[in-house]
Amino acid sequence: MSPILTLIAQRIALGVLLLFAVSVLIFAGTQILPGDVAQSILGQSATPEALANLRRELGLNDPAIVRYFSWLGGVLTGDLGTALTTRQPIASTLMPRLWNTLFLAFWAAIVSVPLAVILGLLAVRYRNGPIDKAISGFALASTSLPEFFIGYLLIFFVAVQMQWFPSISTVYAGMPLADKLNAIVLPATVLVLVVLAHMMRMTRAAILNVMQSAYIETAELKGLSSFDIIRKHAFPNAIAPIVNVIMLNLAFLIVGVVVVEVIFVYPGMGQYLVDHVSKRDVPVVQAVGLIFAAVYIGLNIIADIAAILANPRLRHPK
Amino acid sequence: MAKAPASAQGVGKTPDKLLEIRDLKIEATVYPPGEAPKDIVIVDGVSLTLERGKVLGLIGESGAGKSTIGLSAMGYGRGGVRITGGQVIINGRDILKSGIGGLRKLRGKEVCYVAQSAAAAFNPAHKLMDQVVEAAMLHGVANRAEAEKRAVALFKKLSLPNPEVIGNRYPHQVSGGQLQRVMTAMALCSEPDLIVFDEPTTALDVTTQIDVLAAIKDAIRDTGVAALYITHDLAVVAQVSDEIMVLRHGKLVEWGDTHQIIREPRKDYTNQLVSVHRIEHEEKTPGDKPLLSVKNVTAAYGGGVVDVLKNVTVDIHPGQTLAVVGESGSGKSTLARAITGLLPPREGSITFDGRTLPAKLADRTKNDLRELQMIYQMADVAMNPRQTVGTIIGRPLEFYFGMRGAERDRRVAELLEEIEMGKGFLDRYPAELSGGQKQRVCIARALAAKPRLIICDEVTSALDPLVANGILKLLLNLQAVENVAYLFITHDIATVRSIADSIAVMYRGAVVRYGSKSQVLSPPFDAYTDLLLSSVPEMEVGWLEKAIKGRRMEAAGN
Repeated sequence: MSPILTLIAQRIALGVLLLFAVSVLIFAGTQILPGDVAQSILGQSATPEALANLRRELGLNDPAIVRYFSWLGGVLTGDLGTALTTRQPIASTLMPRLWNTLFLAFWAAIVSVPLAVILGLLAVRYRNGPIDKAISGFALASTSLPEFFIGYLLIFFVAVQMQWFPSISTVYAGMPLADKLNAIVLPATVLVLVVLAHMMRMTRAAILNVMQSAYIETAELKGLSSFDIIRKHAFPNAIAPIVNVIMLNLAFLIVGVVVVEVIFVYPGMGQYLVDHVSKRDVPVVQAVGLIFAAVYIGLNIIADIAAILANPRLRHPK
Repeated sequence: MAKAPASAQGVGKTPDKLLEIRDLKIEATVYPPGEAPKDIVIVDGVSLTLERGKVLGLIGESGAGKSTIGLSAMGYGRGGVRITGGQVIINGRDILKSGIGGLRKLRGKEVCYVAQSAAAAFNPAHKLMDQVVEAAMLHGVANRAEAEKRAVALFKKLSLPNPEVIGNRYPHQVSGGQLQRVMTAMALCSEPDLIVFDEPTTALDVTTQIDVLAAIKDAIRDTGVAALYITHDLAVVAQVSDEIMVLRHGKLVEWGDTHQIIREPRKDYTNQLVSVHRIEHEEKTPGDKPLLSVKNVTAAYGGGVVDVLKNVTVDIHPGQTLAVVGESGSGKSTLARAITGLLPPREGSITFDGRTLPAKLADRTKNDLRELQMIYQMADVAMNPRQTVGTIIGRPLEFYFGMRGAERDRRVAELLEEIEMGKGFLDRYPAELSGGQKQRVCIARALAAKPRLIICDEVTSALDPLVANGILKLLLNLQAVENVAYLFITHDIATVRSIADSIAVMYRGAVVRYGSKSQVLSPPFDAYTDLLLSSVPEMEVGWLEKAIKGRRMEAAGN
């Protein structure tokens, strides 16, 4: 097998291993939480017999190891368990919400990633000039403001005063795409503003670092224009760090949207997680935690693989 | 100011002038530590003319402004350098007045550049062919297919292996000597009128340099391109140039045709450059008991399968110098690492002053460490930039001898005296010293430990010839006074002649020739020593052709 395939296979295997380790942590973490699930479902007035019955029914009397493996076996076969509060299977409730979250994250990414990279390239092209300073200033300002603040600002000005977009992002199955897009404009904008600066600054820094190299001088002495030098000669050598920071931000778009979803009452995973944490619905918390972990690990594996593929020394060994 | 030599005037016909530089002035702003920024003049009032198809060598020590002048022919100032006065006229127009757009049209089309380190000058992310044809396509000199055809023809002309397919490789996949030739092909690909060669062979091994030099010379002759050839090595420039211009501190010293400069230099400074490296050193006969004895040492990195040292056996006698020569990758520095304990050998033993040294550094006593000191090639990075000269030299005194206060300071002052610097330098930082002074401080630091043996790893390679000579003389004087032995690692034969008592020639990890200086340097030679010796450029017109013809073996890495 070629060394590069070996490297990639190693990364993926490590990712899977890591995911198992995380599943153990999530399970252990939810076990040491104080409180009794049966008690919290049935309330303070429940009789001891009812509590004992429910515990047996939920399998709470089995040893932790047994419960872990029965949970893991379920997860691997697509059964995320049953929500304690609603008695509904988690998978069927969670899936549409996962899709909603991915839908929002996708559109936020579609706008923010190219925008960040292009702004980063522009900042390098006009480095230390007014354009660079304006881009950096705007990006840093938007990052420094907390997302709920930006969210409420947008709601106040864009939704309430100008009435361009709805302040409540309701989406449902069967809704036409255009309506859906219209509904998520404001939360997507908030997300874009939150992640933009980090990616832009990293793109700028990574390319500026490469701009010190001797081959950039070679390109200049070939008579290439500044932008071509950045695009053709600097950017390809800065891909690895840029992809890394992009993946971190994409992960944030999926797992870190809790606040934004709550502000805009968007029916996504974050909203769902918050609801069930407050009700101490352990199976739901476990399932959502595992999905968030999988997203994080998956995106970081992609970043690692991209970095491997971007390195010509690994791609084309001697 | 010196007059242009007769040949440059074009006797009897109108000279076909390609490049004319008039009264060039180049400045830069420097930021010395602890002082206000100030402007310094790097090139001061230099003028030159170059006819089509001719080669002008620009020569001088570092800081002479030769690269800066070369790059000014492309209207380029490296690292914030500014062209503040004069004219640079190429093909009849002053390029300094043409603005950045005009300069971009000139660069890569009329004037191309070959850098010192092709390994750094190629973009690691793109195939060689994409980079070679880039300028030709950008300037509309040729379309992709034509440009590639031309590139392959140039690869052939420059005797690169597999000229048809080498363009599909990435820079890290070819050797340094090959990359340097690919870079020359890249410069020639857009058929420029002028190429600026900026020390194109300096970073190469001497055995590789000769091939690259011959390839460049042929390519210049066959394509009829004019060239500015920048180097600090007069012997190299004598092989390729029609004329030579000697520069110092940004000013013109002497300008003449090649033969005149190397045979009848008119200026003292040129004379010094020509006669550099002529230290007469009588070899000493070895005593009966060696100080350091390396016996059958075999070593590999990281427990690997490839031995980088193969059965090496050498002796060093007290107060004498063993020079270890060979090209990069031959195992010279690895031998030093094995002796110092940084790389424990897999087999063999190292005996020092009658006792066997433990293989690992961690097992050696403080006294073992003290008696064996090291000096490195890059004095810059071998010193802590935040410590003063006094602290740097004082440190081994404290560490090995427990000296403190006035006693230590007195000894530091003595050492500074010994390296001919004086105690005015006590409170200076490394950044405030010249290259030669830095290396002297490193020597003093090694001496402070009162060692019996100093390993000198390419200690003069990064220095200008005149400065390097000063360092060699200092080392010889110190040896006479302190009776210290040197293991002197170098790739430069002239240095070896100046300092060695015995020589070990290394090739691919093994010692291929070993003995007293006179034995090793007199015939009959083995094939590799012959290649090594015959590859050292001599200050003589026509040496290159003779040397290439007389070779018995191909250089590695080509």
